[in-house]
Amino acid sequence: MVAVTRKFPRPADPHGADMTSLESIISVRGISKVYSGQVHALQDVDLDFPAGALTTLLGPSGCGKTTLLKIIAGLMAPNTGDVLVKGRKVTGPGPERAFVFQDFALMPWATVVRNVAFGLELRGMAEAKRHEIARRYIEQVGLAGFEEKYPHELSGGMRQRVGLARALAVDADVLLLDEPFSAVDEQTRRKFQEDLLRLREIERKTFIFVTHSIEEAVYLSDRIVLLSRRPGRVSQIIAPQIDRSGSPDEIRRDRAYLDTVEEIWQSLRQFVD
Amino acid sequence: MTLFGYRLPMMSSLILWCLVWEIVGRADLVLLFPPFSGVLVSLWELVQTPKFLTASWTTLSTFCIGMALAIVAGVALGVLMGRVKAAENLLGMWVNVFASAPLSALVPVLMILFGMGETTIVVSVFLFAVWIIVLDTQAGVKHITPSLIDMARSFGAGRFAIYAKIILWAALPEILAGIRLGFIRGVKGVVIGQLLVSIIGYGELFELYSRSFLMEEFWALTIVLFAFALVVAELVGMLEKRIEYYAGVRQ
Repeated sequence: MVAVTRKFPRPADPHGADMTSLESIISVRGISKVYSGQVHALQDVDLDFPAGALTTLLGPSGCGKTTLLKIIAGLMAPNTGDVLVKGRKVTGPGPERAFVFQDFALMPWATVVRNVAFGLELRGMAEAKRHEIARRYIEQVGLAGFEEKYPHELSGGMRQRVGLARALAVDADVLLLDEPFSAVDEQTRRKFQEDLLRLREIERKTFIFVTHSIEEAVYLSDRIVLLSRRPGRVSQIIAPQIDRSGSPDEIRRDRAYLDTVEEIWQSLRQFVD
Repeated sequence: MTLFGYRLPMMSSLILWCLVWEIVGRADLVLLFPPFSGVLVSLWELVQTPKFLTASWTTLSTFCIGMALAIVAGVALGVLMGRVKAAENLLGMWVNVFASAPLSALVPVLMILFGMGETTIVVSVFLFAVWIIVLDTQAGVKHITPSLIDMARSFGAGRFAIYAKIILWAALPEILAGIRLGFIRGVKGVVIGQLLVSIIGYGELFELYSRSFLMEEFWALTIVLFAFALVVAELVGMLEKRIEYYAGVRQ
């Protein structure tokens, strides 16, 4: 069953009930974003992201979920409001956050290992050392043997694994994933989701995940933030209580999983014409 | 190519035209065309004369200096115009005008400005080559996937690293295409510059041969120049092929 489902009461207790014990690693306060004076993408968003949890930003297209993620990443400045990382205000990208891009954003002129090591290269780490670290993460995302290939020699799913390995290699506390599986086919996507769950067991990181797929959100998340249509606001926060110890098929047939999917659909329905 | 079922060797059309030239020359039909064999003989003699070697050195050095300047300035200006909207608005029109203008008309002005020497040749090589490099670089820089730059920023790249590690590389196929076209135009620049200045390099030789009606030497020199242009274009083409592998696969 779904443990917590309620309208978001601002500003008191922004977490789901079971998350209150967890410290929030990232907070956004009063974020608004207006594009070129016209398009109101986000309005007055307050959110806390608990450390170690996977929080999903879910909502209809154009609700500003990617905008919010880019603001958290420091790639975009909000018109008003602050982003706090571990309680400190930030205005740009930082080493505690790593981004996984929807279109992978790999350098086509560089091999897999150089792409994965790119974050470390920018930090000035010696080549032998950064390539050693990169190789470890390439293996972890299941791409061992492809180190010297170029991105165009890989399938879409494999390219995104490179993007994921690159974000893992810099050992950031928070991984920001912008619809990472939307550009790959459905089979790859499911495999990817399963791998991501497994990865979470090993990597104990905080994930902030943007998707428009309800199933994906429920399958992966500890917390789901539903955003309303433009201008995006937090409309609801849901913390699915799903037993993820079983096999992927068991999870997808789990009662709580199915109920949560249905409930989110009912609540997002209002935003569909 | 095949003719009546026989496979012809690769350069056969060239050989055919050389034969035609030889026949026309031997028949003494046109005063301008001495027999091709005679041209080859004077080509062999020509390349051994110190005058030719000096002229070649002048040509090559002015060409290289002019091209180096054109590449540096062209890429820099192209990147600036690709990244800064104001620079594009301010300079775009002028670059387009110069890229398509008949620049030969400017060489006499250059002679007044820079004298009848090597500087004028360097400047004309530069002016012939630089604009197409600017335009192609600008096009390459403008079409970089924005997420690549976001990616570099998100991993902490500073302004310099973004240019050195992302922008120049991402635009490299277009930049090289511009440089190849620039080289071809630069060859025109060095030849036209020398012909108009006509007291240094090949220009001096051309002037000498045509005035004294030494047609064999004249054609020999022309062949040398054509070969030079062809070799330059081929060399850059080879360089371009080496990085072509990712031009078509960029996201």
